Amino acid sequence: MTIVTDSEHGHKNITRRRFLAAATSAVGAVVAGMVAVPLVDSLEPTAAAEAASSTTVDLTPIEPGMQVTVPWQKKPVIIINRTPEMLATLKETMQKGILKDPLCKVPQQPPYCTNMYRSRVPEWYVGIRICNHLCCIPHYRPKKGSVAPWWLGGFHCPCHGSMYDLSARVIQGSPAPHNMAVPEYELSTEKMSATITHMYPKAHLC
Amino acid sequence: MSRFSAWVNKRLPVDETIREHMTEYFAPRNFNILYYAGSLLLLMIVLQLISGFFLMAHYVPTSQDAFASVQGIMYDTKWGWLIRYMHVDGVSLIFILLYTHMFRGLLYGSHRAPRELVWIIGYIIYLLMMAEAFVGYVLPFGNLSYWAGEVITSIMHAVPVVGPSLTTLTRGGPGIGSATLQRFLALHVVLFFLIILAAIALHIVALHRVGSNNPDGIDIKKHKGPDGKPLDGVPFHPYYTVKDLFGVGVWLTIFVSIIFYAPTMHGIFMERTTFLAANPMVGLPDVTPPWYLSPFYAMLRAVPNKYYGIAIMITSVLLPLLLPWLDRNPVRSSRYRPVYRIMLIIAGIAFITLAWIGQEPPLPKYVLAERVATALYLGFYLLLPFVSMIEPTRPVPERVTG
Repeated sequence: MTIVTDSEHGHKNITRRRFLAAATSAVGAVVAGMVAVPLVDSLEPTAAAEAASSTTVDLTPIEPGMQVTVPWQKKPVIIINRTPEMLATLKETMQKGILKDPLCKVPQQPPYCTNMYRSRVPEWYVGIRICNHLCCIPHYRPKKGSVAPWWLGGFHCPCHGSMYDLSARVIQGSPAPHNMAVPEYELSTEKMSATITHMYPKAHLC
Repeated sequence: MSRFSAWVNKRLPVDETIREHMTEYFAPRNFNILYYAGSLLLLMIVLQLISGFFLMAHYVPTSQDAFASVQGIMYDTKWGWLIRYMHVDGVSLIFILLYTHMFRGLLYGSHRAPRELVWIIGYIIYLLMMAEAFVGYVLPFGNLSYWAGEVITSIMHAVPVVGPSLTTLTRGGPGIGSATLQRFLALHVVLFFLIILAAIALHIVALHRVGSNNPDGIDIKKHKGPDGKPLDGVPFHPYYTVKDLFGVGVWLTIFVSIIFYAPTMHGIFMERTTFLAANPMVGLPDVTPPWYLSPFYAMLRAVPNKYYGIAIMITSVLLPLLLPWLDRNPVRSSRYRPVYRIMLIIAGIAFITLAWIGQEPPLPKYVLAERVATALYLGFYLLLPFVSMIEPTRPVPERVTG
């Protein structure tokens, strides 16, 4: 068996060889891609990790006017049972014109929370308690006149002084640019429980 | 492109290496199907590295969580079952290829001069693979993993003087626990693995120094054409690169069929007892090693004495290292040595019989066959020095016969 390299067959051989090489490379690349996809996907959070990533809170022990801060995905989430007086302050801050983004134009909250209460149910505020400026945990100051004489109730950050109302909407004069983020959550007043599930993708924490 | 190529080649011998080991490395033109095993082994080692890496992203090496983490890989992790089966089935297929590769070597005299080092380095790779498979086997921490770890590390007790402390040192504690799993993981992923890679590199370099053997056992460099190239040789690239690529295609089809349609190979590639959690209080219903270690286990069992049994087992594992010097006939390939060929076939059948018996429970009905097969297998090595000096051989051709 001799190696055929004579020029009669040369041209056909080269074309055939090029075609075969190209075809094999193309198929090889497709197969490599198909193998790579499940391997890379395997690095995504497992079902167990997904299950551990949502937190359910029992709302029954939270009296009107009280708050509870729970850990969710290593972040503090505050749940406030707002009284009618507290809800009235939300209109007041808007009338006084002291809010940077009163109509929640910047998508810091899921669509079902784009209202002045920034919640599914007016009485129950659920939000991530992280200051939009540089990620500190703001103090909860519900008492009128506590932070300043004009203070109607809300959050005050000890790090650089950002201020928010009782819907965590940022007040003028704060270094924080936007309202505090609200996560995606389920809430049932019949069952008296709330489950925080994901971060709202368009929101920026800080 | 050629200016870039010139820049690189001034600093790294890329073109020179490709010429020396691929395009101007002349391999015999009569390689048969047995010659696919080497390149397929290279492929499998890469696949084990890839599948192993992705497994390690989820595995937890502690006695509390190891088993659960593997179950998590099988059920929770996306495609986890595929990656795990790829890794486990890969092990059995590697050993099938290793035994094919070694048998090819013995069949055609590839272990003879001047390839003694190729054989020795290759055999060391085989021993390292057994060690690598063993430490990997303990990691899932099923009941089989636990007891296999317990039994094998107990073998070290037999070492005189330092035995018991050596066993404790290996385990990192009184029994097989987290300390054992952590160091076995380190051995499996880092130490044994890297030494295997280095040994493979040396194996190939040693082979290329001398040139490949062939089924006729003759030296192709003896007959060169006017251009200095061996008449019976073909450049490795493109002939064997393309042929091996085809071999990869066929092999991957087989590999994938096993992963999807018979991932445990009905208990042979993955035993049922791997799926039960480790339990120091409950032994196994049947005690068998994985099939690829089974022949040596059967030889151990054939001897009714603890120390002699271990000695026979270790001897049978190490004897093949001496083969280049045990075989003293001037003819290499069994194609021209009918007596050696028969001895080899008998030894091969004995080895396979021992593998099968090793998987059966230690009942009296198997004892005779076990001992006879052990005697036949060891007899091959012991008789070879004498038989090879006096056996009749057929005339060896000058040129390869295809």
